[in-house]
Amino acid sequence: MKKHWYDYLWILSSLYLILGFFNILFAWLGLLCFFIPLIIAAVRGTKGYCNRYCGRGQLFGLLGGRFGLSRKKDIPKWMKSKGFRYGFLIFFFAMFFVMLWNTYLVFAGAGELKQVVTLLWTFKLPWHWAYHGTLFHPGVAQFAFGFYSVMLTSTVLGLITMVLFKPRSWCVYCPMGTMTQLICRARNGKA
Amino acid sequence: MNTGKKRRQAVVEKKDCVACGCCVKVCPKEAITVIGGLFAQVDTDRCVGCGKCAKECPASVIEMREVTA
Ligand code: SF4
Ligand code: SF4
Ligand code: SF4
Repeated sequence: MKKHWYDYLWILSSLYLILGFFNILFAWLGLLCFFIPLIIAAVRGTKGYCNRYCGRGQLFGLLGGRFGLSRKKDIPKWMKSKGFRYGFLIFFFAMFFVMLWNTYLVFAGAGELKQVVTLLWTFKLPWHWAYHGTLFHPGVAQFAFGFYSVMLTSTVLGLITMVLFKPRSWCVYCPMGTMTQLICRARNGKA
Repeated sequence: MNTGKKRRQAVVEKKDCVACGCCVKVCPKEAITVIGGLFAQVDTDRCVGCGKCAKECPASVIEMREVTA
């Protein structure tokens, strides 16, 4: 179990979350953990991103494992069922499109920039301190607020299931993990 | 090699595996790999039955079983 450079990507993942407290525009960088897994799955037909590079998974592994912030219990059966995993994927994407729609409205001038981070799709946290204006269109900032909300929400959910179940329980229902597995299934032709 | 001895081995319930690779990271023998982003597979020649993968697996789909080797 030699350590590789990519075993330290959890540092970047933590940094990402921290930077969002200072300047929301950094949230755009999160698109990397959106496109890289998909590209690896589509081009190579593997879950290489999950298996090696994902800093978020590593972060949960570290906090729940090394730091012992996990009960290390089995995840309930229903949470690892296909129904829940696919259902959560669909829900996650539905919410993602709502976020994109709100961004579009700001770009189109039909909506106002809201300087809030929405946690768990419900709680609106004031986040104006992380916004110092943008050289670009306010829509660029709206997307940043929206995307950071997605990232923070999934981190919070991941932390909760980390504590309740095994450290990397999030990986069982992580939409990126489910989606890359689906792409691999389609590509490697196994029902 | 059939010694008639019983030993422990990791067995993956493939259909419930989420292919996250957590097991791969903890295996001291490089005996478990994720195949094509679909599921993990145990190399029965290499597996020493330590159970580390089973403990780590977030989906708890690895079982330790007695096998005759
Ligand atoms: S399942 Fe999600 S959190 Fe886990 S390693 Fe894959 S992308 Fe990262
Ligand atoms: S840790 Fe469990 S779910 Fe993840 S790849 Fe290994 S056997 Fe599959
Ligand atoms: S039981 Fe131990 S040696 Fe066997 S696959 Fe799991 S971690 Fe590797």
